[in-house]
This record gives sequence, structure tokens and C-alpha cells, in this order.
Amino acid sequence: MSAYAGQSLRSRDHQGTLGLLPPRGAGAYEEFLNLYGPTPTPGERLIGVLEGSGLSGRGGAGFPTARKLRAVRDGRRPVVLANGTEGEPASHKDEVLLAHNPHLVIDGALLAADAVRARRVIIAVARATDAAAQLERALASRPDGDRVEVKTVPERFIAGEESALVHFLNGGEAKPTATPPRAFERGVGGRPTLVQNVETLATLALIARYGEEWFRASGTAAEPGNVLATVCGAVRMPGVLEVPLGILLSDLFARCGGLTEPASAYLVGGYFGRWVPPIEGLELSNESLATAGGRLGARTVIALPESSCGVLESARVIAYMARQSAEQCGPCVFGLRTLAARFATIARAEPGATEAYRALAGLHRQIARRGACAHPDGVLEFAASATTVFADEFSAHLAGHCTAHSHQHVLPVPTKQGDWR
Amino acid sequence: MSKPLHLTLDMIRCDAYGHCAELLPEIIELDQWGYPIINDPSLPEHLHADARRAITACPRLALKLEHRPAANAPARSGHAL
Repeated sequence: MSAYAGQSLRSRDHQGTLGLLPPRGAGAYEEFLNLYGPTPTPGERLIGVLEGSGLSGRGGAGFPTARKLRAVRDGRRPVVLANGTEGEPASHKDEVLLAHNPHLVIDGALLAADAVRARRVIIAVARATDAAAQLERALASRPDGDRVEVKTVPERFIAGEESALVHFLNGGEAKPTATPPRAFERGVGGRPTLVQNVETLATLALIARYGEEWFRASGTAAEPGNVLATVCGAVRMPGVLEVPLGILLSDLFARCGGLTEPASAYLVGGYFGRWVPPIEGLELSNESLATAGGRLGARTVIALPESSCGVLESARVIAYMARQSAEQCGPCVFGLRTLAARFATIARAEPGATEAYRALAGLHRQIARRGACAHPDGVLEFAASATTVFADEFSAHLAGHCTAHSHQHVLPVPTKQGDWR
Repeated sequence: MSKPLHLTLDMIRCDAYGHCAELLPEIIELDQWGYPIINDPSLPEHLHADARRAITACPRLALKLEHRPAANAPARSGHAL
């Protein structure tokens, strides 16, 4: 998905200023400066502004950005690591952001570096995309471009996990390591490392220009600001959009040309996310999604067409996620493999489906909280949401039949596997 | 007075040899694939010697004793931040 659904959708209050995705891209450096104005120089004062803005991480975990900067500010000289690896197959927001507005990401990385006195600044992107070439071109056109290194990372779901990314940049495989130490304690080259998603940094660059009040004018009181969302599934124009947090999911779909058929469920947050039932009035915010058992994650929203099978789609994702294990922790390697096999049996509505379903609870207990990273827990939560939201479809499968009219695959599941190095 | 000790496991190192569950069955059980489950990592004093034996016996050096309470371990790293 290289084209985004188009129009930068600024909230009413943000008229007159530009967001993350200007209508026709930000263009070359001169054009970027004309659009956004010169890069400000707030230095360490930026941290206080970020604190006031309430900006939280846009990579999925949503940790308060100011706190992360503060954690590396006072100790040894830190490294800034911008994470644009986006291993989530259904998410394209970082790819689109880097393609259409690389200078805003670079600005954000350098502003963060100045705020925490970092010298080394790295932007990490997925190897198989055009992002590295686009960034190198953008950097070559800037006077401060030589401050930033671009690194390409293997195409794996888990390669963008913080400890995996740091381990890879330190010369190892792109696999998670035992924590502590966390990256902010000991990261790239043994230095405290500030790891921030590229959208977080681009947003930070906007806040540095327009201020915390401007940022808070969009979104909700508890979850301020605009975000990028990737919308796909049963929508007419799938794509990446910039929207205020708290937008109605129905409005989000309307901006993507509307639904092609009624949705039986929404998958929010990608394959680390959860299914939610298509309740009217749901908003794109953690507060609203929590009422339906969901959460934002990196704001990937997939509308599942009602003609398809939620059990089968979930089984396909779990099989993919089992293959994405770094194969380091036994409960992840064997547990996810077994979970995938049980889901496959249920999806095919085979005679052993009831037995497979009954085994899920015990399997959950033997996997939960036992991995070195959050991968197995993320898959468990996804699986648990599937059994809740598709309860009726599960019952049908256990009785030996499937209620779906179409078995055409909806959720994107890559078949190609990247290397670990 | 001795400090409270906690048993911690590096799951990446662990290769399911299972010696620990033999030597410290009061604390460690094995899952269906042979990997240890530590239900309560805080060690009562009368098990300290057995815990040290289990740690020494692990061919993968995956177990260790820490004074830091395991319940206050830092938040695990998420997939993305």
C-alpha cells in the first residue's frame, strides 16, 4: 500500500497548520521548510513542552514520550534510535510517513537528540522497503543530514521489538534479548538508548513548532493529538489516514469510502491487537476501545466482512505469528505452534474441534507471561479476543460447520520470511 | 538475618533439561514441553541450599538467585514503543 487514502484529515482546530501528511507530500527540503517553517531549537526545553502536550508513543505501546526522554537525559550520553521498521503486516503508516514526509521524521529525531544531548542518531527501517533510499536522499539534501545514520533491518515481525532492534544494531541477530537491561539503560553500543517510533518523532517535530496547546486542540482530553491509522478490510479505499484520536470508527470508514459490506468485527491494533465487536459509537481511542475489550496499538483497523470466517482468519494469523517466533523461549516455540494447530483444527471444523477448543484454556496458562519478550502474550490476547468476539462462529465450527459464505482470505499474511541478520 | 531471595529464570537460555524440577520440586514444575514453571519465585530459607544446587546443576546457566523482589521486575519490553 504505497498510496494513502489521500487527503490529510486535519481536525477542525488544526486548520491553518499542517499535520503529519500534507496533501501532496512534503517534497524536497526547501519545499518542506516553506510548508512548515524552519526547525526550531528548543534544546532541553522540549521535554517540558512534550510533558505538557501529553504525547504518548505512536508505535503501539503508548508510553509517555516525555518520560522516555527524561529517562536518558541525565546519565551517560545517550543514542537516539528512530524505529521505522513496522513489522506488523497490516500496518503501513510508517512506510507512508517516511515516503511522504521524511524531513519531519528527521527533524523529530534531531530535536529529540538535542533535548537529551545525544550525538549518535539512527533511523532504522525495514530492509525490503524504499524507506532507506528515500531517507538517504532526504538526508543528502539537508545541511544537518550527516548527523543521522540510516540502518536497514531484516523483514521479520519481531525485528522491531526494542531489544531485538538493539541486539541487531549491535551486530547480533534481530531477536529479542533477556531484559533487564532495557535499552534506556544499556542499548546501542552499550549506551543508554532512546527508542522512539518514527511517527512519535514526526509528531514531536510538530509540537516543537506549534506548541502543546495546538497539539491538545485535537484528539480527546485523555488521549490528545492526531495519529496515523491504517484502514483495510471491507472498505472501498483502504489506506493510511491522519485523524484525531477519538474519531468514530464509522467516520474513519466513511473517510475510506465506506464499507463494502457490513463488518462482523473489527481488528484493531494489528496482530498484536484484539478483535472488537462492531458496536455503534466506538471511537479510535484506548478509552472507547477498552469498553469493547480492545486497544489502539499502532492503529491498524481492519473491518472483517461478514461473509468471511472470523475463526479461519484468526487461525491464519495465529499460524503466521507462531512462525514469527524467534524460537528462543520454549513456551513461545512449542506453545504458539500448538495453539496454531488447535486453531487450525477448529477452523476446519474437524471432528477433533471440540477437544481442541477445550485445550485452549490450559494452553493459555502454559504460555502466558513466560516469554522473554511480549510476543507470546500478544498472540494469546489476540486468540482470546477471537474466541470471545466470534463465540457463535466457534460454536458452529465445534458442531461441524462454518457459517461463512466466502473463504477468500482477508487478513494479509506474508509467506516470505526475512533473515535474522 | 538473611535477605529475601528470589529465583529467576532466563527463558532464552533454558533448553528444558529439567534438572531444576528434580532438585527443587517444591518451587519448580515442568510444562508439557519440559520447560520450568516457577509459580512463586520467593524462596523460603529452608530451600536456599536446594535452590543453589539446582542453579549449579543447570547446564545452560539459566537460573539465578536475586535479592531483588521478582514482583517488582521492570515492565517487559513491548513489541514497539
